[in-house]
Amino acid sequence: MLRFIATRLLQSIPLVIGVSLIGFALMHLAPGGPLAVYTLNPSINAQDIERIRIIFGLDQPIHIQYVKWATGMLRGDWGNTFFGGRPVLDVILERVPATMLLMGSALAVAIVLGLAIGILGAVKRHSIFDYLATSGALFALSFPTFWFGLMAIYVFAVRLRWLPSGGMFELGEEDNIIDLLRHLVLPTAVLGLVITASWSRYARSAFLEVLQQDYMRTARAKGLRFHQRLLRHAFPNAVKPLIALLGVELPFLFSGALVAETIFGWPGMGRLFVDALSMKEYPILMGMIVFTALFVIVGNLLADVAIAAIDPRVRLA
Amino acid sequence: MSLLADAVARAAPAQAAGAPVLRVEGLGVRIRTGRHALRALDDVGFSLRRAETLGLVGESGSGKTLTALALMRLVETSAIEIDRGQVALDGVDLLGLPERAMEDLRGRRISMIFQEPMTALNPVISIGRQIEEPLRRHLGTGRRAARDAAVALLDQVGIRDAARIARCHPHELSGGMRQRVTIAIAIACRPDVLVADEPTTALDVTVQAQILGLLRDLQAEMGMAMLLITHDLGVVAETAHRVAVMYAGRVVETAPVGALFRRPRHPYTRGLLRSIPRIARERPAALAEIPGTVPGLLALPEGCAFAARCELATAHCVAERPALERIGPEQAVACWRHQHV
Repeated sequence: MLRFIATRLLQSIPLVIGVSLIGFALMHLAPGGPLAVYTLNPSINAQDIERIRIIFGLDQPIHIQYVKWATGMLRGDWGNTFFGGRPVLDVILERVPATMLLMGSALAVAIVLGLAIGILGAVKRHSIFDYLATSGALFALSFPTFWFGLMAIYVFAVRLRWLPSGGMFELGEEDNIIDLLRHLVLPTAVLGLVITASWSRYARSAFLEVLQQDYMRTARAKGLRFHQRLLRHAFPNAVKPLIALLGVELPFLFSGALVAETIFGWPGMGRLFVDALSMKEYPILMGMIVFTALFVIVGNLLADVAIAAIDPRVRLA
Repeated sequence: MSLLADAVARAAPAQAAGAPVLRVEGLGVRIRTGRHALRALDDVGFSLRRAETLGLVGESGSGKTLTALALMRLVETSAIEIDRGQVALDGVDLLGLPERAMEDLRGRRISMIFQEPMTALNPVISIGRQIEEPLRRHLGTGRRAARDAAVALLDQVGIRDAARIARCHPHELSGGMRQRVTIAIAIACRPDVLVADEPTTALDVTVQAQILGLLRDLQAEMGMAMLLITHDLGVVAETAHRVAVMYAGRVVETAPVGALFRRPRHPYTRGLLRSIPRIARERPAALAEIPGTVPGLLALPEGCAFAARCELATAHCVAERPALERIGPEQAVACWRHQHV
């Protein structure tokens, strides 16, 4: 098992390098360039811009720029923001808890609900419940996340006034857990709804497939009870592809969080990204691309390790 | 003497008559396919005594496996329904039991092994734990005792280094070893009846002989009744005491092995026996075959299902279906023309 983890870790190194290269190239191809913000400022003239270009090292060949940037990243020096000049890493890291809280709670809701609905749909295939769950999931997946977000705000915040419409805290309530939870409900529900919809489908097909396997019949021939067959025999087999899928889906979850955070004014990484984009904050954008890439790579690594822990055959590969 | 005849001569004689431990009577299974409902099993009946092996033979699609699954009550879905008959295990009708009560019997009093050892075991659960399960489930055996019992069972089914194998997962074992493991699972609670559905079909020939030998030994040792499903008459000759021949969802002949091989009473059985290749010193005659194919279940004829392929068939055969008729103490046949066979 340790060997497997070590191999997988080594395999991710070229992946990280590749992603950083692509991210770097993409930012260079983007129109405007890092100095575009200064051209709009009337108090900065052409000579100043040229000087800034040299200070930033933007006059150097692109591969030198990449190596300098990449080695800086390795040392923890992710550069400073244009506005405010704060270290990029700090700016990103302070947003991480809010995003993790939102994504974590939405994922938890979605996994529990999605699995339950999916398993029930697979076990009671072609039942009324199965049809309802299927059409419900289709419905939830056919509308964009922001529409659900706006509807939720309209109904629960504006009309019923049960819950706050956005943000993470009321002013002066930063330490109040209840207040935090009240703010968490709507974005979690909206983000969770969309993820639940897709996960109930994944879980249904994963369990349908496993329930038809020969070893499930063997388990029945042994006289095992339904719950024993489901939990001990079906679950570990069915959950393997779901874990793999979770690893792959992380970037999509991330983009979903981006929309939800923007609509609900949630001070997480998604908002940071959107804000940085509109302000052409190149250092932040670059940092975030690498950060998300790392996050996804680590997520996939964890997924692989979890699958290997369940299935001894995977450890051989 | 051919290998087959040799095997027949060695086959154990039928056991002395006793109350059957398993009696199947008039078993019928219906499959709904869209608008149609077809009769996959009709009036299937046979009985099994303790320490006796009944070979259930027939071509693919004749209903052998369905019979096994039906008496284990493992077939019922929204489309497949056991709609007639009785399966009595020591006088208790299994078909009338609620599912929970049936679960208490499966793996404990009536067990089953399957055709495909490669897929019959759960890939993510260790061999040992899969053998422990029926013990823990039915006999309430404790963790450690079950672990020891699993190793002992592996030993009993002829697996060397049983303690190490118990910690392995199915993918680390060969097909023959896996079939031994499924046998260990099936016999763990010392069942009264073992249903073996083509247990050697997926295995190499040398391994086949080992597995059959193992089943025979275990049966003698534990005195359980065995329903051995196979399409291989050689396997029947070597292992079974009595035979039931199935054709198109019905039993067409039952007889002790010796009698069946010496003098088949159904034209279909005779055709089956003739189509076995023999190793003989003289130049062999062309291998006989039964002309035609098994009728589709959707278009079963009114009369005898075999009539269209039968050289002895008369107008009566086409018009009316013969019932299974007792023609000796141990022998029954469903054929209007059995005197002419």
